[in-house]
Amino acid sequence: MPVKVARAEPEFVPGVRHPLERWLRTDRLPHIWCSGCGLGTALSAFLYALDELGWDPDSIAVVSGIGCTGRVAGYLKLDTYHTTHGRPIPFATGLKLAKPDLHVIVFSGDGDLFAIGGNHFIHAARRNMDITVICVNNLNYGMTGGQLGPTTPVGALTTTSPFGNFEHPFNLVHLAASAGATYVARWTTLDGRRLQKAFVEALSHKGFTFVEILSPCPTNYGRRNRMGEALDELKYYREHMVIRHGADPKDADILPGKPFLVGKFVDLEKPTYLELYQTKAREIGGG
Amino acid sequence: MSARTVLSGVHFMNGDEAIAEGAIAAGCRFFAAYPITPQSEIAERLARRLPQIGGMFIQMEDEIAAIAAVLGASWGGMKAMTATSGPGFSLMMENLGLAVMTETPCVIVNVQRGAPSTGLPTLVAQGDMMQARWGSHGHYEIIALCPASSQEAFDLTVRAFALSERFRVPVLLMTDEVVGHMYERVEIPPEVPVASRRGPKVPPEEFLPFAPDPDLVPPMACAGEGYRVHVTGLTHDERGYPDMSPEAHDRLVRRLVDKIRLFPQEYTFYEEVGLADAEIAVVSYGISARVSLGGIELARKAGIKAGLFRLITAWPFPDEALFQLARRVKGIVVVELNLGQMSREVERAVRGRVPVHGVFHAGGRIHTPEEVFQGIEEVYRQCR
Repeated sequence: MPVKVARAEPEFVPGVRHPLERWLRTDRLPHIWCSGCGLGTALSAFLYALDELGWDPDSIAVVSGIGCTGRVAGYLKLDTYHTTHGRPIPFATGLKLAKPDLHVIVFSGDGDLFAIGGNHFIHAARRNMDITVICVNNLNYGMTGGQLGPTTPVGALTTTSPFGNFEHPFNLVHLAASAGATYVARWTTLDGRRLQKAFVEALSHKGFTFVEILSPCPTNYGRRNRMGEALDELKYYREHMVIRHGADPKDADILPGKPFLVGKFVDLEKPTYLELYQTKAREIGGG
Repeated sequence: MSARTVLSGVHFMNGDEAIAEGAIAAGCRFFAAYPITPQSEIAERLARRLPQIGGMFIQMEDEIAAIAAVLGASWGGMKAMTATSGPGFSLMMENLGLAVMTETPCVIVNVQRGAPSTGLPTLVAQGDMMQARWGSHGHYEIIALCPASSQEAFDLTVRAFALSERFRVPVLLMTDEVVGHMYERVEIPPEVPVASRRGPKVPPEEFLPFAPDPDLVPPMACAGEGYRVHVTGLTHDERGYPDMSPEAHDRLVRRLVDKIRLFPQEYTFYEEVGLADAEIAVVSYGISARVSLGGIELARKAGIKAGLFRLITAWPFPDEALFQLARRVKGIVVVELNLGQMSREVERAVRGRVPVHGVFHAGGRIHTPEEVFQGIEEVYRQCR
């Protein structure tokens, strides 16, 4: 039975089109994210960045893994790939190498990229693979109901740490920097414009670039850890974040109740895998 | 080494090298893998060859990443392959499912070695045959081919790429350590046909990325072609959008199975040797089929008319050919380097018409002709 292609674009405010609609599969809206979730802000900032960059949409591919953030790919009117849990980075690696002219962006969550997919992250960074990885970090596994993840703070309550988390979390900024990322920034979903700027910088920077976005998860993490409403989480960010560009990545730990660093931590140049490969290939006749 | 793309001419190559050359000749320009014995010769040859002919090689951090990169490259428009052995094959199973679900053409080579676990890394076995069929999760159909010589390793690699493009399905090349490492004559023809990918026939605004053609296979729009396709491992409708209804799921899974199952004539390959007058058929594949010929010779000398039915296609299993074989012979011997995997399929396909006797060994060495001969004698006694 053939499925009809929905062509009718819904109007959420009569007579008014959202300026970002050209990037979205509006026939898939409304999205599945909870109210108060930071993913909408992260996505908006990303799309404003694409607007600002002015790239041909057909030159952009977005790859996601599994989880709440993994659903980003499905809402974008681009070539988008919703892959398996933890594997968007190697998928994106193949895509980039097969079609080097594409701008390849991985958009996924902390659990997907740093627990099940952690090995792929460090190796893509080490190779300086020419992709941008965007991680929306909500400190837990939201999609599956709020389990502890690789960024959950010590002592935090989740469905699988009912007596408080016994594990030390990753400092993603430090991890990315030490694995070899050539651009590393962290912002929160409170910082829409700064986030947009970071996306523009990361996307136009050659090599492996990384942007972490701290995001509220009021349904799971926030509720269990008595952080209040989503707005209260944003207030928490405002009160605790310290903007310090060029700070030492190892000082970027996120500890409950303590100030934490945001800003641009790494911005450097080094040859990418593709540059090294293609230079040699040309030399030996295969360029 | 020459930078010619297709190395037309006569060569002395092992099966692994022949697979690498077969891939290049078939138009494969992307290879990602993780080192593992006895597969490494494939990766080593392609690491040298691909950069010289405009292709991409990358050694990934594990086999999970290797197959994921292959899928990404396939959506980037390249013909892509990975190669591994048992432990790595296990790691690939999750993304094999993604390849099936997203209908991503690719070729996966498994040079089988002794297992379970690390088993016998340098020694032969054929113990992953059922994993090839059922190793990933869910119900699906897949194509698996079994070369028995270096020449066939080359030929079937070319064929594997053609089938993967034709059906938009991962094709498994289930070879083994002996075929992989045995050096033999390989003749590469002057020209090798390169299968083309079926692209969209309508403009992007009319294109439904998972709406099948009459043969149940949808045309494929790769990244950057202007079609802006959403590809997901979730159950999806013809637009590629997630659809969580049981009806959509049943419709999709049935199509993924039927698009292959309904066209057996396109992928069912087998070879018959000396079966015209045979009373006993030896069914085997890969290196075990080569050894079986020695056992059949001993049987003929002893006055037992035996012949070989060599499976070239392991999956989908050639049920009909085996059923017909059972009408022509009095008994069947299955020779394989595991404790009974394809023999179960043979038993199922012959539906009790003739006795089926297994000559099994868990691996580490190939069978001797005498062992095969004893199996033939045994079933010959049973059916007299």
